[in-house]
Amino acid sequence: MDIRERIAKRVAKEFEDGDIVNLGIGLPTLVANYIKDDIEVIFQSENGFVKMGPAPTEDAVDPDIVNAGGLPVTVLPGAAYFDSAVSFGIIRGGHVDATVLGALQVDEVGNLANWMIPGKMVPGMGGAMDLVVGAKKVILAMEHTAKGRPKILRECTLPLTAKKEVNLIVTEMGVFEITPGGMILREMASDTTVEQIQAVTEADFIVADPLKIMED
Amino acid sequence: MKKFISMDEAMDMLHDGMTVMIPGFMGVGTPETLVDGMVKKGIKDLHIICTDTARPNIGIGKLIVNGQVKKLYASHIGTNPETGRMMNEGLIDVTLIPQGTLAERIRAGGAGLGGFLTPTGVGTVVEEGKQKLVVDGKDYLLELPLTADVALIRGSKVDRKGNIWYNAATRNFNTVMATAAKIVIVEAQELVEVGEIDPNNVMTPGIFVDYVVKGDA
Repeated sequence: MDIRERIAKRVAKEFEDGDIVNLGIGLPTLVANYIKDDIEVIFQSENGFVKMGPAPTEDAVDPDIVNAGGLPVTVLPGAAYFDSAVSFGIIRGGHVDATVLGALQVDEVGNLANWMIPGKMVPGMGGAMDLVVGAKKVILAMEHTAKGRPKILRECTLPLTAKKEVNLIVTEMGVFEITPGGMILREMASDTTVEQIQAVTEADFIVADPLKIMED
Repeated sequence: MKKFISMDEAMDMLHDGMTVMIPGFMGVGTPETLVDGMVKKGIKDLHIICTDTARPNIGIGKLIVNGQVKKLYASHIGTNPETGRMMNEGLIDVTLIPQGTLAERIRAGGAGLGGFLTPTGVGTVVEEGKQKLVVDGKDYLLELPLTADVALIRGSKVDRKGNIWYNAATRNFNTVMATAAKIVIVEAQELVEVGEIDPNNVMTPGIFVDYVVKGDA
C-alpha cells in the first residue's frame, strides 16, 4: 500500500459515530475514503457547509459548491450552508471534534508549523490557525520525513501555526500521542523498528508498553 | 430611492486609493462582473480586503495581475503565484490574517463592536503588536474591526430593494462584508421583483444594500 494511503487509513480509525471533522487539503483529504461503513462522520468545509460529500462526476459539477481547496464537491442529505463568520464560530467554538492537517514541522510538546517558510513559501495561514486552536482534537497526517530530514523535532524552527495544540501524529512509521508527560509512540508499522524510527525522529519519545502494531 | 443602477454608474463610484471589500472563496461568491468593471476602468492603488486572491485569471486575481492593488488584507495567497511575486518585489503590501479572524473583524466592523478576543494566533507571529488579554486563565488577542469604503457583493438572487439570497457555498464572506462598508453594491446573478424572495429566506436584508447591478455571470 502507498504510504499516503496507509497514513490516511490509520487516521480514519480515530473517528467515532457522529463526529464533525475538518480535513485539510492534500494528504488529509484522502482520509474521507477510509471511514468505516458503520459510522457517520460529518465533514465540515470551512468555506461554509457541513455534510460534504465526494467529488461529483464531470457532468454533475455545480460551480457554487467547492471545498476549501476550491475543488468541486457534492453535499450529502442533511447538509447545511452558512457564512464564514458562522463557519469559524463552529471551528473556534469547539464544535469540530477533530481536524486533520499536514505539517512542515511538529515538535515534542505539540507545537505545529505548517503555514510558511520565510523567504521561500508564504501562502498564508488560511483557516489553519483557527482550526488548530478550535478543534477538540488535532491530528497530523504526514510523511515521517521531508527528503530524509526529520519533521518531528525537539523544537520547531519555522514560524508556528499554533502552540501546544497537536494531539496525535500519524506517519507511515507509526502513531505518536502528545501528552503532558511527553510524546509517546503508541503504534509502530509492521515494516519498521523502534531504532529505525528513532533514527529519523529528532524529538525524544517514550515507547508505549505494550507497543501496538499499526494495522495496514 | 433608486437602487438599481447600470454597471457604468456603479463604476463611477469607485476611485483610486479606495478600500474595497470583495468576497469569494477561490472566486466562488465573487462579483465577477464588478471585478471585470474595475479591471476595465483601471483604478489603482486599491486597498483590497478579501480572503484569498484566487487564481491569476479568476476573481480578485485579475486585479492583482493588472497591478491595481497597493495594499492587501487576506488569509491565503498561495493559489495565485502573482500575489507572492509582487509581494516579494515590494509592489503589494500584504497583511496575512487568519481566516476566522478576518471574518470576525469584518463582522465586528459592521456590528458596531470595538473589537473581540480570540485565541487564534496566540504564540505565533499573528500576535505581534497586538494587545494580549487573559480571561479565565486563557490567553486571547484583541483583534480590531475592519471596515471599507465600498463592499462589492454577489447575490445569487437579488430583488430591486437589495434583499439577497445566496446559493450554496457562495455565501462565505458576502454576508459580513455587506454590513461593513460605507457603500454596498450587490451584483445580482438573477434579478427578481420585490416579494419574489420569501422574507424567511433573505440572508442579507436590503437595508444594508445601497445599489444593485445586474451581473453577466
